[in-house]
Amino acid sequence: MQFDIFVIPFNIGLYFILIYSVTRCIIWFRDLSRQDKLRLQRGFFGRAFVQSLREIFMESLIHRKILRSNFRLGYMHLSLAFGWFLLILFGTIEADLFGVKHLNPPYKAIFFRFFNPEHGRTGFESAYSFLMDLILAFILSGLLLAVIKRFYSQIVGMKKATRLKVVDKIALTSLWMIFPSRLLAESLTSGAYATGSFLTGSIGYWFASFLPAAELAYPFWWLYSISLGTFFILMPLTRYMHIPTELFLIFMRNSGITTGDKAGSFSEVQTHACSSCGMCIDVCQLNSSLSITHIQSAYLIKAIRHNNEISEIAHNCLMCGRCDVKCPVGIELMPIRMIQRRGSDAENTFGNIYGGYLREKRPGSADKSNFNHSYDFVPAQEPEKADVVFFAGCMTHLTPSIKNSMLKILDASGLRYTFIDEDGGVCCGRPLMLAGRTREARELINLNSEMISKTGAHYLVTGCPICFKVFKESYYLDLEVVHHTQFIKMLIDDGKVKMNFLHKRVVYHSPCDLGRGSGVYEEPREILQHVAMLEHTSFEDENSLCCGGSLGNMNINSFQKRKIATDAALKLTRDNPDILATACPLCKKTFVSATSVKVADISEIVAESLNHVNVKQEHSPMLNSAKELVK
Amino acid sequence: MMDKFGFSISKGRQINYESNDRSIAEYISEKEPTFRLCIECGGCSATCTTGNFTSFSLREINILLKRGENEQVKNNIRKCMLCGKCSLVCPRGVNTRNVVTLAIQAFHNSAGHAV
Amino acid sequence: MDKHVIIIGGGIAGLEAGSKLSGQGYKVSLYEKSNRTGGHLNDWYKLFPDRRNSSEVIEYFKKIVSDSGLKIFQDTSIERIKENGNGFSIYSDKGEEVEADVIVIATGFDLFKSSRKEEYGYGIYDNVISSSDLEAMFRAGEVVRSDGKHPKRTGFVHCVGSRDEKVGNLYCSKLCCVTAVKQAIEVKELDPDAKVYCFYMDMRMGGAYYEELYREAQEEWGISFIRGKVSEVGETIDNNLIVKVEDTLLGRPLKLELDMLVLMAGMEMSEPGEKLAKASFLKTGENKFFASADHHFGSNLSSIKGVFLAGTCTMPMNITETISHARAVVPDVIDYLEKKG
Repeated sequence: MQFDIFVIPFNIGLYFILIYSVTRCIIWFRDLSRQDKLRLQRGFFGRAFVQSLREIFMESLIHRKILRSNFRLGYMHLSLAFGWFLLILFGTIEADLFGVKHLNPPYKAIFFRFFNPEHGRTGFESAYSFLMDLILAFILSGLLLAVIKRFYSQIVGMKKATRLKVVDKIALTSLWMIFPSRLLAESLTSGAYATGSFLTGSIGYWFASFLPAAELAYPFWWLYSISLGTFFILMPLTRYMHIPTELFLIFMRNSGITTGDKAGSFSEVQTHACSSCGMCIDVCQLNSSLSITHIQSAYLIKAIRHNNEISEIAHNCLMCGRCDVKCPVGIELMPIRMIQRRGSDAENTFGNIYGGYLREKRPGSADKSNFNHSYDFVPAQEPEKADVVFFAGCMTHLTPSIKNSMLKILDASGLRYTFIDEDGGVCCGRPLMLAGRTREARELINLNSEMISKTGAHYLVTGCPICFKVFKESYYLDLEVVHHTQFIKMLIDDGKVKMNFLHKRVVYHSPCDLGRGSGVYEEPREILQHVAMLEHTSFEDENSLCCGGSLGNMNINSFQKRKIATDAALKLTRDNPDILATACPLCKKTFVSATSVKVADISEIVAESLNHVNVKQEHSPMLNSAKELVK
Repeated sequence: MMDKFGFSISKGRQINYESNDRSIAEYISEKEPTFRLCIECGGCSATCTTGNFTSFSLREINILLKRGENEQVKNNIRKCMLCGKCSLVCPRGVNTRNVVTLAIQAFHNSAGHAV
Repeated sequence: MDKHVIIIGGGIAGLEAGSKLSGQGYKVSLYEKSNRTGGHLNDWYKLFPDRRNSSEVIEYFKKIVSDSGLKIFQDTSIERIKENGNGFSIYSDKGEEVEADVIVIATGFDLFKSSRKEEYGYGIYDNVISSSDLEAMFRAGEVVRSDGKHPKRTGFVHCVGSRDEKVGNLYCSKLCCVTAVKQAIEVKELDPDAKVYCFYMDMRMGGAYYEELYREAQEEWGISFIRGKVSEVGETIDNNLIVKVEDTLLGRPLKLELDMLVLMAGMEMSEPGEKLAKASFLKTGENKFFASADHHFGSNLSSIKGVFLAGTCTMPMNITETISHARAVVPDVIDYLEKKG
């Protein structure tokens, strides 16, 4: 016979999830902006298409990113995903090659052994059986790891596994039952017919020796079908929705679609693509230093999907980006969190209902506040004209050594500059942005933009990476914005400053907003290599730590911040360097009270080693008049 | 009885400690216990970015809230730029930015419309 | 008696406890890390509350040491204490090992390094100095700026390194307020036309005649006291200083230019003391000073029986309190040695 009623649960499940996934994708596509729709359509052709296929293979199946950071965890995901893919692929080929007909419905491939119990005794057939058993064994090895990981997460080198809801647990159980039940069903059938290969054949043979294998096999085939069916039907309610969603996400991303500032189809797709793998929880310093484990990105995404209370989760985060760069699915975790922080500023959003099977439109609650201009009190500024504007930033005023070092370097450069916020200017606006108060941030941005544009300068040099990031991303200025390390590098390359070599061992801490936040890794490192003995740490570039001083988190207090700082400093100064170098006044201030190793900003190291022969003895006219303002 | 102590003479000036509404300060204290640590040293106000341009004193705001004199705070609290210099200076470790954010939240909740 | 007592630290607590014990007939060896005894007493010029000359107190110590025949080893740092049978062994930085029946730790305090409060500009601006820098100027007889001129406007910043969560010292160092008042008066003594300002969070005058000194500073010397924590300091082109402070009593920001700024550095657990505690497994408190076995009736006892504590290695103290505390360790030690047998 070529049909049995036990395949019905599987069929129902499979067709349901296929139709559901395709429908969902169509709905998501329909909700994209016109531009993004065009992008996606183009993304199904040419280079983007090949790139997407490649990424699907390398990440969704092989899980290369996870393998690279955490081999055991990667192996677990790889064996289940890639293994199942191989099982389906080779199973389909098996059914088409050896089956009665050459084009079969899916259930024929999945339950091949049931419908072809005599198959596989000799020759090519038995070799093929061996292959199928091998793939099954591969999957089972990963499954074993997964089961152990649920109870003892250190087995995969993780400190804590993601917490699950009841529905997730039921779906997880049915997932876990699929392959063991396949193993048992195939083994019992093999035992009854003396077929099967090294795994199913051996087990079947052993069963058949003391059990009625032929009769016992049938219930296990039912179990296999029911497990599959249950899993497929529950999928939209659980994190396993990430399986189909991830594929769609990869195509979207490779078409050039990005999250942007507002919630929309792309952010929705991303939240459904999260597999709760837990990598974000693992790298989070709020977890490792403070044992805070309810606010990481996986939980944020879960809360979005299940419409839970999200404010505390969204705001209790250092915004350091460590999770963002580690996410194996490539979800833009930081922008998604920022969207949640903006909260009431959002336009229409979609929320899941009926556990997640359906979605409904929710009208955004625009901020109906009757304030419009919080910062009217700032008078119009009349700055001097100059070629270079130096914007120290709020924090730099509390680190006068950095301020003075920058002025010394600016003097040595010979450029005509103006220290625009010498008297304490207006905040750059990033702290307000991080708190989700975009409208007020815009006010400050407008005030500063107006002032800066009056100088007619070509360059804006910032003393602080926090300012740098917002100037670069959110201001619309008619000049080039550089961080002070980029500026110093420019001066070194142009030969405008000459420095003596400092015979001190230095390690570099990359500030979050400069490194991961703005992609500026090279210049600070090259300056330090040029001027001192730079040593390596295990926390460089994308892996760099957060000092904890973050303006992005108002929910933890200074004692907790110091704990993060102390832990980070300990890791960075493990080899007892002479100097812990950084490029941010807030990082500097945070580290000074967390370690006894000398903490210095790159500008201070450079200023100290400036070859004094080249430094102009007289102060520049700009500097003189600037100082008079203080009086 | 109160008359004999002279409290009836300058009603406008006196802080009616018992009848004042200190619920906003209580709301803040509950969510941010470090609010209670403030000793009014004024370091925050001295370094304040907004304070450079206009009369805005976080120290004053704190004490007004603690005494229940909320009206004077309501229209000023949003002048804060959240720059964070105050938290870097506070010797008691008060989480000043959270205090401001919670105050704005509390006013928003109690007013039914935003401040 | 053949019992050997070792005193670690040759400041006034060590000298007092050592002399008294030596005078009782015990064999006492005192180890001092530097090349002179007396510790911080050598750095003060006039002492509060009555501004008497510190040399008188130094003389007292010279006398009790010579009278008691206390044996002193200078230029020797003690790095570790180890329990050894019924007694102890101490290990010096020169690799020596010495045995003792009882140890008295008197490692004293360190002054807070003001450069850690970068926003005050110590080590960055020329005319920001610490209280101990100023004391050295008093001893030299004149107060001068980096350009050689005498300051006409001097400010004192209280609570530098104390009562400050940002540097990890939550406690009050107790003596800086009265020191500031004393130094403010001394500045005025040298130059009655000078303007002197004290920027405080609180005025802690909790010792005998401290409050009276405060009154004198206000009434007789015209020193201005401004309630406000200095948040940051800026420099002018003449190397003058601008302080950013709120006059909290008026509730308005105050604008003031000064010729010199003095930072009242607090007292901290000494660094060698901290290393000794760690290496010897002696308990320290959250304030990083040595932890006494009991706050009220066991303040001279450390967490190890037979190891005693004397002086400012346990908490900020003035000279009077230090001497009393050092004297109090003597009966504790004698008691312990008798019981040990």
